Amino acid sequence: MRLAGLFSALFLLCGLTARADQVTDFTLDNGMEVVVIEDHRAPVVVQMVWYRAGAADEPAGKSGIAHFLEHLMFKGTEAFPDGALSDLVEANGGSDNAFTSWDYTAYYQRVAADRLELMMQLESDRMTGLILSEEDVRTEREVIKEERNQRTENEPGALFSEQRMAAQYLNHPYGVPIIGWKHEMSTLSRQDAFDFYRAHYAPNNAVLIVAGDVTPQDVRALADKYYGAIPADPDLKPRTRPEEPPQLAERRLQFADPRVAQPYVLRTYLAPERDPGDQKRAAALVFLADLLGGSGTTSVLAQKLQFDTQVAVYSSAFYSPLSVDDSTFGLVVVPAAGVTLQQAEDALDTAIEGFMADGVDMELFETLKMQTRAASIYDRDDIQGLARRYGAALASGLSVEDVQSWPDILQAVTPEDVMAAAAEVFDRRRAVTGWLMRDDAPEEVTQ
Amino acid sequence: MTRFIALIAAWICLSLPLRAEVDIQEVTSPGGFTAWLVESHDIPFTALEIRFRGGASLDAPGKRGAINLMTGLIEEGAGDMDARAFAAARDALAASFRFDVHNDALSVSARFLTENRDEAVALLRQALVDPRFDQDAVDRVRAQVLSGIQSDDKDPDTIASRTIRRMAFGDHPYGSDLEGTAESVTALTRDDIVDARARVMAQDRVYVSAVGDIDAETLGQVMDQLLGDLPETGADLPPKPEYGLSGGLTVVDFDTPQSVAVFGHQGIERHDPDFFAAYVLNEVLGGGGFGSRLMEEVREKRGLTYGVYSYLMSLDQANMVMGRVASANDRISEAIQVIGDEWAKAATDGVTQEELDAVKTYLTGAYPLRFDGNAPIANIMVGMQMEELGIDYIATRNDKVNAVTLDDIKRVAARILDPEALHFVVVGQPAGLNAGN
Repeated sequence: MRLAGLFSALFLLCGLTARADQVTDFTLDNGMEVVVIEDHRAPVVVQMVWYRAGAADEPAGKSGIAHFLEHLMFKGTEAFPDGALSDLVEANGGSDNAFTSWDYTAYYQRVAADRLELMMQLESDRMTGLILSEEDVRTEREVIKEERNQRTENEPGALFSEQRMAAQYLNHPYGVPIIGWKHEMSTLSRQDAFDFYRAHYAPNNAVLIVAGDVTPQDVRALADKYYGAIPADPDLKPRTRPEEPPQLAERRLQFADPRVAQPYVLRTYLAPERDPGDQKRAAALVFLADLLGGSGTTSVLAQKLQFDTQVAVYSSAFYSPLSVDDSTFGLVVVPAAGVTLQQAEDALDTAIEGFMADGVDMELFETLKMQTRAASIYDRDDIQGLARRYGAALASGLSVEDVQSWPDILQAVTPEDVMAAAAEVFDRRRAVTGWLMRDDAPEEVTQ
Repeated sequence: MTRFIALIAAWICLSLPLRAEVDIQEVTSPGGFTAWLVESHDIPFTALEIRFRGGASLDAPGKRGAINLMTGLIEEGAGDMDARAFAAARDALAASFRFDVHNDALSVSARFLTENRDEAVALLRQALVDPRFDQDAVDRVRAQVLSGIQSDDKDPDTIASRTIRRMAFGDHPYGSDLEGTAESVTALTRDDIVDARARVMAQDRVYVSAVGDIDAETLGQVMDQLLGDLPETGADLPPKPEYGLSGGLTVVDFDTPQSVAVFGHQGIERHDPDFFAAYVLNEVLGGGGFGSRLMEEVREKRGLTYGVYSYLMSLDQANMVMGRVASANDRISEAIQVIGDEWAKAATDGVTQEELDAVKTYLTGAYPLRFDGNAPIANIMVGMQMEELGIDYIATRNDKVNAVTLDDIKRVAARILDPEALHFVVVGQPAGLNAGN
């Protein structure tokens, strides 16, 4: 558990994700971390509370409980029963919602800046005051089953993705879907929800982000009053998950479903993530993904698979640098009509081999650097996006300093760094290659 | 640009936008184009929005999908640059140009830095005025569009909305997919693309807004540069469609565990004196937040769905009240029953004073929150112009919401909500539903 706390020396570097003078951070006496991002252009504020607990922190056999609890958190407390929180937010012209990932669960409200105090009162109240009836749990369990129907059971691509992730992670819980396996979701109980709640929801396991037309002084006073009154949980367990063993064998899978309209090949490799004080390899992988697949026109895969040849109608590379434990680096090719998945995969392999032999195209590399610089300007127009970025990073174990140094670390990446990262990550023993296929067409020609 | 990636469900806000302090200037260029501008020099970039009214509704007969394909080709090469050269030039400036089209408008959304504004505008001008439509680009983007159509054909949501639109609007462009069909898109030639551009991208239907680090004089020059060499007129808008949908139920068999239902009937015009009453009514019935009657009855009380909503669909030439729900095949019939009951109840009784007060507080409080960035404000302002709302609309909008009375709601509910006319299209294998018509 990281309780950063130190008042970070505010580097006044220009071209940061947010201007450093826009961002203030401090820690309450009970260990709750607070970040304030100022933007006085509109009288709006976003409050987000991020818990360092997500689907990857669930006990075995209880998959989906982190997300189920997120739903149940809207049911009510003694002070604000029967869904009063959302009613009050709406009555104040605001909107609210929440989301769950493998690494965190977050709740937010967006409201006029002068209503911040009420939002803090409501959000702090449900950090420890949740009340649930059996009826609440029974009905909401039906809702999450319908959510799974909508997101996953009705989407062959999502079913495929679950199977791939399960194959990617031999031991780590990232291999279990956030929404839960269907058979386990239907057994989740009120007690399961409270067990997870009591184990993880506490000020010393939470990050508060307040972004918008506010001052750090005001936020601090309010945060002390509402969140500061909640005692730290002395029994909070350190965040440890089962780790991956060495991955020694390539995995391949074919997933067929009659609802698949457009087959594709998707390969993911286990890849390092941004670590506190150590983000360089992740930064190189960000450039690798952009060079290979960041643009449908100029990147390596598009050039080789869509322009120089017409193997694909779409190709891309993707990488999520933000993760508590090992992340993945992915490649995808959607074959053109008449091209088989085997041909598409072979062309992908050839394209990657070509890239490893040719190295980085310097013109494209410089363009990506320019775009990274520009992002620090454009990003300032989206205060909620900035809030999310800080929240996700801090909830994933990074510090404010790590967030603020990230743009400079990106700028410092060299072509040699990129090629070294590529050589390291492209190891088929740590990869899963999946084919999404139409039913009863083991190796068909697309239309 | 790639046309392959399917639409990601967006948070759609229906009512329009603004904060009282938004200071809009109307700018007229030397060449006679007008724009709405909010100067904001805090961040060194500009968000620029351009709309061409008519959009994909202007497809020539038998050429459905031509304007959509053309839109995907605007930045696939211009002037002496092929697609790759154009993209490289744009990316080197860190500018972004997005071209999109729906049935009422073709949209251009541009974002460029102050430090290289002249180069970015010159590049965008080439795309707007001198696109190449190279045959290899046509074929490449066409393959992406065809791939998308193929996916749509197996997507229950798309099948449902496609079915209800075809039943409601028949042969009118609103009645078919703007992407076209595999057959119509396969048959399109480069000449069709050139013609599609001439039909929609013309001076007599253009709307412009800008927000950010730019002044009125510069914006005038930018408009003349971007738009001055476009054709003066485009194709005529199609006539209003005949509304052909009657109440009932249509089931489209599709083997999937969760049925998707789309429902609707005729709605109300944006400029109808009762529009605000209808808007407030819908907000109570099935609008945005968690507090709507449909969410309460279908999700919160019964757990029948993850989400259910209704909305006023205001198109240039047609209006509907529409909604959507999804439930497991063995539960969708109950969801539909509950929705029908709520529809009937609201049509007869309207809403309560408590509901009206709560929804007014919500709508008027939420309104100023929309104006929280250059890009959203530019988007809102161009929409206001297309809807022919006055430049002072932002200051008066909340008054219009507050002026709605219980009697207004009751009157408009009786007028537009009609459970007998409500048609459900269900895609899936619903249990216990018999398709009547």
